[in-house]
Amino acid sequence: MKLYYITNNTASAVKIADIPVVDYTELYNDLAERMTNSRYHVAHYFATEHEMGLKFYLIILDDECGEVLISSFIPDYYTRGLASLTALHAQFHPFEREMYELYGIPFNNHPWLKPLRFSHDRRNRESTMDSYPFYQMEGDELHEVNVGPIHAGIIEPGAFRFICSGEQVLHLEIALGYQHRGVEGEIIRDDNKLRQTLIAESIAGDTAVGHATAYAELVEKLGEERIDEELKLERMIALELERIAMHIADTGALATDIGFQLYQVACEALRTVTINTTQAWCGNRFGKSMIRPFGTNHPLTQAKVDTIIKNITDVRRRYNELREDILQDNTLLARFEQCGLVPTEEMQRIGGVGMAARSSNLKRDIRATHPSGYYATELKHEPVLKSHCDVMSRLATRLDEVLQSADYVLNTLKGYKPTEKLRAPQYDAKLQADALSFSLIEGWRGEICHVALTDNEGRITKYKVKDPSVHNWLGLAIAVRSEGISDFPINNKSFNLSYCGHDL
Amino acid sequence: MIFGKAKILRSHGWQYIPDLYSVTLTEEFRGFPLLTETDDKQDLERAAKICPTKAITTEPLTLDMGRCLFCGECQKCAPRNIKFTNEHRLAATRREDLIVEAGQTAPKFDTSVVRPEIAKYFGKALQLREVSAGGDASIEMELGATGNVNFDFGRYGVGFTASPRHADGLVLTGPISANMAEALDICYNSIAEPKILVVCGSEAVSGGLYADSPAVDRKFLDKYHVDLWLPGAPTHPLCFIEGITKLRAKKK
Ligand code: SF4
Repeated sequence: MKLYYITNNTASAVKIADIPVVDYTELYNDLAERMTNSRYHVAHYFATEHEMGLKFYLIILDDECGEVLISSFIPDYYTRGLASLTALHAQFHPFEREMYELYGIPFNNHPWLKPLRFSHDRRNRESTMDSYPFYQMEGDELHEVNVGPIHAGIIEPGAFRFICSGEQVLHLEIALGYQHRGVEGEIIRDDNKLRQTLIAESIAGDTAVGHATAYAELVEKLGEERIDEELKLERMIALELERIAMHIADTGALATDIGFQLYQVACEALRTVTINTTQAWCGNRFGKSMIRPFGTNHPLTQAKVDTIIKNITDVRRRYNELREDILQDNTLLARFEQCGLVPTEEMQRIGGVGMAARSSNLKRDIRATHPSGYYATELKHEPVLKSHCDVMSRLATRLDEVLQSADYVLNTLKGYKPTEKLRAPQYDAKLQADALSFSLIEGWRGEICHVALTDNEGRITKYKVKDPSVHNWLGLAIAVRSEGISDFPINNKSFNLSYCGHDL
Repeated sequence: MIFGKAKILRSHGWQYIPDLYSVTLTEEFRGFPLLTETDDKQDLERAAKICPTKAITTEPLTLDMGRCLFCGECQKCAPRNIKFTNEHRLAATRREDLIVEAGQTAPKFDTSVVRPEIAKYFGKALQLREVSAGGDASIEMELGATGNVNFDFGRYGVGFTASPRHADGLVLTGPISANMAEALDICYNSIAEPKILVVCGSEAVSGGLYADSPAVDRKFLDKYHVDLWLPGAPTHPLCFIEGITKLRAKKK
């Protein structure tokens, strides 16, 4: 029996009727074997209400040949739970936890079936933020350190519980959900696609361009129109500017945490130049309002192209000075090297994605493995990989990616003559009925995956969001194991994961 | 190594903005909207309909900056009626002053409702505790930026502090997620009197896109007096700086 519908990230949406509805045991057996191979990882896995109870959809990516495997199953009404895939492959853990939390489906033998984000529509109302079942260890020499939900800085909330022996961290558990705003419910509240786009921009405000592009591409796959090559190019520029800005911000944040003021202030200034360039393009420093379905309100003009070239040339030069100095600075290297290790196999086991995975020598980069838009047609992206798997690797990835992204921007815009006549956005396009559409975008943190289902009139009735942080939070917990607790901040900054993107 | 650092320093140069109060932002920036009534209302009705946060009323024409996310789409629909200027100084002391009327030429900042003790106690130094309750991180980064090498609000004695016990006030961001509501309340009550409450960003002011979400709980704002309302998605650092400065200015 065929287990998967096979497609890719540039094809149009899939008819739901074309997705095989399989027997769970068969799917389970296939995945048990398949997922041992690092070319595969899970992009999304969710359940949705169905006349027979629940219907499950699973999306697996094949990084080697760019295929996307989609499967579905409908458990028998009397099923008393499903055999847990997490028990075999840890990367399934957030998805199974979410389904358990929302629908009460037990996943048998799941090693860690804890609440994921305390959604307002969770099954068990007794389960609250205050009753999160933290892991506990007994021992006279152990103590617990609780941090959060409010942290000592201007950042989002989340609760961290450390179990330490003296200064050494034995275990860190991260409880999230404080930022839960009901994104997935609000996005389908009505059919206003401008509102839906703005919600996508707010999923994680530091990745406004990434998530809005994911929304736009998802909707465009459900529509009939072709997307202009020029629009694809301009979206690529926007995505890379976002990556440059956030990587610079994180370089500065890491410097701050080791008291290195020179790098900190230099990065603050460089990030300002970058986001002000985005602001001069679309009016918003985070690129909100830049990305819209089927078109744009902010086509590049020659003057704007010139501004971007001038500013990014300057940022690239100055950041490179910084980069060269960082790579020679012994005190910085002494702090960052060999700290917060997440070995490649471990990163693969937990399903890590994005720049954190690449810093553990795991080639996860949608721009290379499942490219769409300009990345699929014009740009042959070669991911930056680092093999030391530590905080320094995560910094070094950023050091190289800023230059790489700046080169993409500069090389593409050199000689680019914008027609300045890109189409306006469309918010009332007719969408394909009874379809499943997904999008995959490499945001600056990593793989963003949105999935939508439409009804028989082409209205979106189910919307699922996955920020890369969903995979990578566990990476942070693993990184600090056996480190001194005082190294937590640099590890945290080296991942810089999203709370709101996780909590939705 | 030392040469490398000298090079960075030389390229870095002077970064701070000498006068924070006379900056003009890029033309593209969408700030204070100018509204004009027209006899026909078709464009405006389309704008009001598409507005994702229901910020626009047509009879009479108003635009609520506290709901507005400055996406600019209404201006595309009704260019004769709505025009965003690049005026970023949008702070208000009363919630209703964020509602812009047709013909209004500047934001309203009503000093008459500012409590006199604010200038007295916080005129020289003001330390704030920020609490994000569903904020989307862009607004938190902008607040962080107020203290950075460009804006350097610290030069006027304003900064953010870790402990509410050390703080003179609270800055709220985000639509107030229900899961964060209790922690927010506890934090606010841990700050000693006298204190101020600043609501920062359109999501915090009105709930924004999440105003009707069942995952949001906004009772906090019914309970406590708000001293400063700051619109924006996110609020621009200079809007925050301007608002706070006016709030703690001595009355003439
Ligand atoms: S700019 Fe503001 S008022 Fe206009 S449509 Fe967008 S959110 Fe609504």
